[in-house]
Amino acid sequence: MASPQPDGSGHPPLPELELDNRAFWTGGGRGELLISRCAACRRWLHPPVPVCRYCLSTDVISTPAVGTGTVFSFTVNHQPWMPGMAVPFVVAVVELDDEPGLRLVTRLTGVEPADVRVGLPVRVVFEQHEDVWLPLFTPREAA
Amino acid sequence: MTTGAVITGVGQSAVGRRLGRSGMSLTAEAVLAALADAGLDRADVDGVSTWPGAHSPAPGFSGAGVFDVVDAFGLNVRWFSGGSETAGQLGAVMNAVAAVEAGLARHVLVFRTVWESTATTLAQGRRASVVGSGAARVNGWTSYLVPFGAMSAATWAALYATRHMHDFKTTREQLGWLAVIQRQYAGLNPKAVYTDPLTLDEYLAARPIAEPLGLYDCDVPVDGSTAFIVSRADATSGLNAPGVRIEALSSALGGRPDWFSYGDGSEMMATEVGRDLWTRTDLRPSDVDCAQLYDGFTIFTLMWLEALGLVPRGESGPFVEGGTRIDVGGDLPVNTSGGQLSAGRLHGFGHLHEACLQLRSEAGHRQVFAAEVAVVAAGGGPLAGALLLTRER
Ligand SMILES: [Zn+2]
Repeated sequence: MASPQPDGSGHPPLPELELDNRAFWTGGGRGELLISRCAACRRWLHPPVPVCRYCLSTDVISTPAVGTGTVFSFTVNHQPWMPGMAVPFVVAVVELDDEPGLRLVTRLTGVEPADVRVGLPVRVVFEQHEDVWLPLFTPREAA
Repeated sequence: MTTGAVITGVGQSAVGRRLGRSGMSLTAEAVLAALADAGLDRADVDGVSTWPGAHSPAPGFSGAGVFDVVDAFGLNVRWFSGGSETAGQLGAVMNAVAAVEAGLARHVLVFRTVWESTATTLAQGRRASVVGSGAARVNGWTSYLVPFGAMSAATWAALYATRHMHDFKTTREQLGWLAVIQRQYAGLNPKAVYTDPLTLDEYLAARPIAEPLGLYDCDVPVDGSTAFIVSRADATSGLNAPGVRIEALSSALGGRPDWFSYGDGSEMMATEVGRDLWTRTDLRPSDVDCAQLYDGFTIFTLMWLEALGLVPRGESGPFVEGGTRIDVGGDLPVNTSGGQLSAGRLHGFGHLHEACLQLRSEAGHRQVFAAEVAVVAAGGGPLAGALLLTRER
């Protein structure tokens, strides 16, 4: 059962699409979570930047991540920050399985707030709004 | 070891909810008070510094900029600085210290004005503290937060709180003790906004905002302006007020400047700042007599306690539990004005104001006995800066 989420009318502003972030926000159209990665040292870089902070290579490319991870931290948000925003909803930091420390902020979907915990295994699902595919995360089915 | 800068004047406007006054009106009150406190004529002021400058992305977030103040007071300055890309809100003070040390100015007027309480009313509910509200699209670092409903620092801070609780067994009750003790201090501060006693039960029963944070974990938007005069140490003879020496400061920045990548997830950029501060002074954390630590949210203060080495990593929860250690007679009085939780969100400048009062023995019934060393820290997430202050003898 899906938990309440910010609905269409009260949806928060979308990201402005720019040269360095476009892949991340639109990869969901192909079902891919595209994360910037250094072609030289193979480290991942999120939020995207066009130079590698580890080896200074400028050979940074948008690469499909595995799309799975675990909940690193979360909050059950009760305050509607704008009119029409449905609450509660769960904002989470997800650490991706691709590399330790590779984290992103997202919203969890398809889970009751009370069932969320640190370490919960999750996978990406995309929610399209206009020209943006928001990478949300939902619990992975038990193996 | 010390910087060559002294705070020679402090001033603060009325502070309160919905005062119905403009940012410039509040600024004028604070600036005139600071000049009078120092015993300086406006012709002596040759520098101006503020945070975040006049640019105001949201209602009431900035009450005046450098140009506004130079114009309003008919100043003629040789150096000025205003902008938000600094080491936390107190970066404006640090810039002033650098300016007087470099010989670019002798007396720098530093100020910060907020009028969020009144401005929010005028803007019909649009809040300064809600990022992206009213925007068509968001960009920059907020674009990785806002589209997911993480539109307030309350939500971002809650992500740290959850992780701190997970890693160190920190509890809601421990966060609550901070709010309770700060409210107790606020009762001794005539300028505080909320002065009625707050019990731990009331704290725990308050409505949740972003779990694990509730209403009393969050600071309160107010109207108010705070101003300081930062002077060259060799330009203070004949001035009125007892000087407060800026012993050391730290403005470090490392790691990714966002709210979710730094360190182990239960620390902030404050960690970088804390690491540097003690390399720039002969004083030690145990020398600190009172700490004024940013409390946009309770969890920030706990994280600052650890970042500055005032308590060991992970032990801030047990340290504040019960409240006796951080109370006025305790080992380390914390946020003795009531902080932003109870005295109002003056964006770190209230904390600095309180530190100066304490070191000048002007804090009334909340005065910390023989306070000689104070530490002030401002900022959360990627914003962080700290000042170590001593009473000038
Ligand atoms: Zn690289």
